Amino acid sequence: MKGWRSAPLIWVALALAIGVPIAAAATSEQLAWRGPLYILAGFAGIVALGLVLAQPLLIGGYLPGLSAYRGRRAHRWIGGALALAVVIHVAGLWITSPPDMIDALTYTSPTPFSPFGVTAMWAIFIVAVLAALRRRLGLRLRTWRIVHIPLAIVIVAGSVAHCLLIEGTMETISKAVLCVLILVATVKVMIDLQVWRKRRTLRGESVARQ
Amino acid sequence: MTTVLLNRRNLLAAGGSALATGILATGVSGLLPAARADGLAPTETMSGGANNYRKGAAIVERIGKGGFWMSGTVRRAGDGAPLASQRIQIWAHTTEGQEHEPQSHGATLTDKDGKFRLEMPQIIPIFGQPHGHLAYDSGEFKTVFLRPVMRSPKETSLEAHFVLQPA
Repeated sequence: MKGWRSAPLIWVALALAIGVPIAAAATSEQLAWRGPLYILAGFAGIVALGLVLAQPLLIGGYLPGLSAYRGRRAHRWIGGALALAVVIHVAGLWITSPPDMIDALTYTSPTPFSPFGVTAMWAIFIVAVLAALRRRLGLRLRTWRIVHIPLAIVIVAGSVAHCLLIEGTMETISKAVLCVLILVATVKVMIDLQVWRKRRTLRGESVARQ
Repeated sequence: MTTVLLNRRNLLAAGGSALATGILATGVSGLLPAARADGLAPTETMSGGANNYRKGAAIVERIGKGGFWMSGTVRRAGDGAPLASQRIQIWAHTTEGQEHEPQSHGATLTDKDGKFRLEMPQIIPIFGQPHGHLAYDSGEFKTVFLRPVMRSPKETSLEAHFVLQPA
């Protein structure tokens, strides 16, 4: 009963945590000086940050109403959406200013946030490719977790550092709140799932492995 | 008298930044004080400085409608002598255009004290930082691209200083 009653609250909090920064960015005066592709690229980045918050909540089973199985499935789909959002973010910025994007991708950019974002991007791509090929590669769940968890930490830390250092369309407070929530959710899921333990049956592991 | 004071202040500021650049960029030569005891080290091109550069921007009274001031000095490496009539090209993402667009570019010349000042539209953050671009690219001295960053997007001026060495 308790879980059911608190259910809407967590969902509302999640919607606000992601929705408020997006809405605040949509009112930024800087949008007036940007082209449509640059705007799209920026919002793809903001959406990606929001999706990063959903991931630990889904895999930790903190979103009431979702079974462990559906939570994991949603985690996979959102992981794919995250990779897609990052592709749109990078492609849009590349078209907007090719030399700046090339500097970022080659780790020669003067902007301190770029290496964090690019590192998180590669971690996201690696996870997405491995997740898609996991069965084909015959990766066991344990092996998969050993690969995925450090990369998840890189993604979270890199994304948070990247966006906090940017002076862009995002409003400072809503951006900081979203980043703090991402860090808290990530730390919580790591503790709850005891990721540092080598042998532990993950909730519903038999389902995942089939 | 006033001019002299201003010059010295500028010299100190430029010297300080050039010294910092010199130590960072050329650690080894920085350890050879004899050669540069009273010498001003040349400014190094900043990373990303040349991005969206359009060679040969016209010398203009003002870029667009103005409202923002880009200023600085140009002096010679070694003795720090001010360099007059040097062409400095300036561009940025402003309220009137993106960085790569022609209307965002312009050039100006230094005065007899090696100073330049060009009015341009308000710079706004692009790629996460409010910044401008400047180039010395006239051949007589080694080409230098600068990319100064504003402390806040609300600032209405920005400075950049060149210390040039013979090409």
